[in-house]
Amino acid sequence: MKKTLKIVVLAKQVPDTRNVGKDAMKADGTVNRAALPAIFNPEDLNALEQALILKDLCPGSTVQILTMGPPRAADIIRDAMFRGADGGILLTDRKFAGSDTLATSYALSRALLKLSPDIIIAGRQAIDGDTAQVGPQVAEKLGLPQVTYAEEIVKIDDNEIVIKRRLERGVEVVSSPLPMVMTVNASAPECRPQHAKRVMKYKHARTTSELQAAQNDYLNALCNEKEYLNIQEWSVADVDADDQQLGLLGSPTKVKTIENVVFQAKEAKKYTNADEDINNLMVELIASHTLG
Amino acid sequence: MNNIIVYCEIENGKVADVSLELLTKGRELADTLGCKLEALAIGYNLQGIEKELAKYGADTVWMADGEELAPYRTLPHCSIICGLFTEEKPQIALFGASSVGRDLAPRVSSTLHSGLTADCTSLVIGDHKDNKSGTEYKNLLYQIRPAFGGNIIATIINPDHRPQMATVREGVMKKEEAKTPGKGEIKVVDYKKYLKDTDLAVKIIDRQIEERKINVKGASIIVSGGYGVGSKENFKLLYELAEVLGAEVGASRAAVDAGFAEHERQIGQTGVTVRPKLYIACGISGQIQHTAGMDQSSMVISINTDPNAPINKIADYAITGDLLEVIPKMIKYYKANSK
Repeated sequence: MKKTLKIVVLAKQVPDTRNVGKDAMKADGTVNRAALPAIFNPEDLNALEQALILKDLCPGSTVQILTMGPPRAADIIRDAMFRGADGGILLTDRKFAGSDTLATSYALSRALLKLSPDIIIAGRQAIDGDTAQVGPQVAEKLGLPQVTYAEEIVKIDDNEIVIKRRLERGVEVVSSPLPMVMTVNASAPECRPQHAKRVMKYKHARTTSELQAAQNDYLNALCNEKEYLNIQEWSVADVDADDQQLGLLGSPTKVKTIENVVFQAKEAKKYTNADEDINNLMVELIASHTLG
Repeated sequence: MNNIIVYCEIENGKVADVSLELLTKGRELADTLGCKLEALAIGYNLQGIEKELAKYGADTVWMADGEELAPYRTLPHCSIICGLFTEEKPQIALFGASSVGRDLAPRVSSTLHSGLTADCTSLVIGDHKDNKSGTEYKNLLYQIRPAFGGNIIATIINPDHRPQMATVREGVMKKEEAKTPGKGEIKVVDYKKYLKDTDLAVKIIDRQIEERKINVKGASIIVSGGYGVGSKENFKLLYELAEVLGAEVGASRAAVDAGFAEHERQIGQTGVTVRPKLYIACGISGQIQHTAGMDQSSMVISINTDPNAPINKIADYAITGDLLEVIPKMIKYYKANSK
């Protein structure tokens, strides 16, 4: 019988940069965040699935979501609960604003120290930054081994996990002692969908600030009565973090300039899909030795 | 001291292309700064590797050579790098944005609290004045990268922390032997003093490294498809055109995410960067995260139903029409005219 595991999944709510529509840029050329839907970072869903697979393998294990973000990021904790997570923690404080990956990793590591999980699972990277830095940096801050680019958990024992990694040019199978941090690739299995019974059970799960904002007696009573409906909210003080290492102050990297992308105008030769046009194009390309 | 160090990836005694590309860039930056370019090689049986590294401009080759150091594992490599950097205090450290560099560099930057910019598309030396404190900084590394899904280009700096660290994807920088080769002077790293027992806790059980089969990077003509191709089935048309033209098939991230094409074909900021003689963009709208990986193509043809697609702004030829009609015509008229 394998031991029960305490698993924490690091997840992020991100703007859906993959579906940038025409209204994504404002007239003044800045990004219109309001026009981008906020979603569960895709590879964090792959990470959640790995956590749920572990929970299936080791009954009695718990899966908690840890996310840092504004109050609305509680949405992804609920989403994760609908899919199988036991609960979650929202790390939220204005002092976190402006954090680069190092300051973010520091904040998360402070929260993780309180949780002391056996396994920390994160998506490889978030689609709004694509840096893939937070996983390894959290591991370093906690002094834990890391296994990145994970695709499959091959084996889990009391003190060791065996993981298959998908690299650019092949695969690698590695073993790591517990506790440890793993980051999961998009090539890993997709996350299981929301489960109807779980949606019914957890749909009223709220953070304290959500309850305050709603001012709904029924919700208050419900969350008071049922412990599992409480999504915990932690501030800088709750995780005993050092202000100097957070936000802009704690971020070694600074943004010097931001340039909105404007393509340089260059005249393209225009063609239609008429036979004559395509024929002329091919003749031109062959004549210029671009083709053939 | 205060030089530029490039972490060099070595697989089976061969230096990775991305590391040679970084040395090429590092040479240029070192010349601008008037400092040395140093290569750091960590692995096993490294003798002779300094010759290759010197060709690309390395003045010094730091060598940590030991059986436990190959194949690559995060913790021992990280400890050695952090130990060496603490003593040598490089001003700039460059890593490939490969599955090794993206695993390693964040951990190094966290240990040294030095700040790291991932997937830079350009590295330039420049000055900076902090508007709040009025402090002026000379000769910083501008780390330039697209961000926010490619809708913005950000210039990142690390004014107060060293080394200034950046990763760069394979193919983004040019690989070119230095006009005057570096000395390639070997300095042996006494690495064991940096290693902790726990650094060897992660064990490699099995490893199957394949040479890349799909070679989008090496192709002189690329037929590339985006989300607008519509389906995996429709992608077959692109393979037909590629077959006729002797081209390789590429894809945008949206097409790869939709399952139309393999990940190895992905072109753009998070895929490979290509500079073919001819790039045929089919059903690709032309988001910057894609164009960042192909805008140095000698010639671009776009096929798109939307005459105002952003890709047309960088295209030499813009064909407005449905690719399902256009591609068969291209095949037909290429065959008709090429004899």
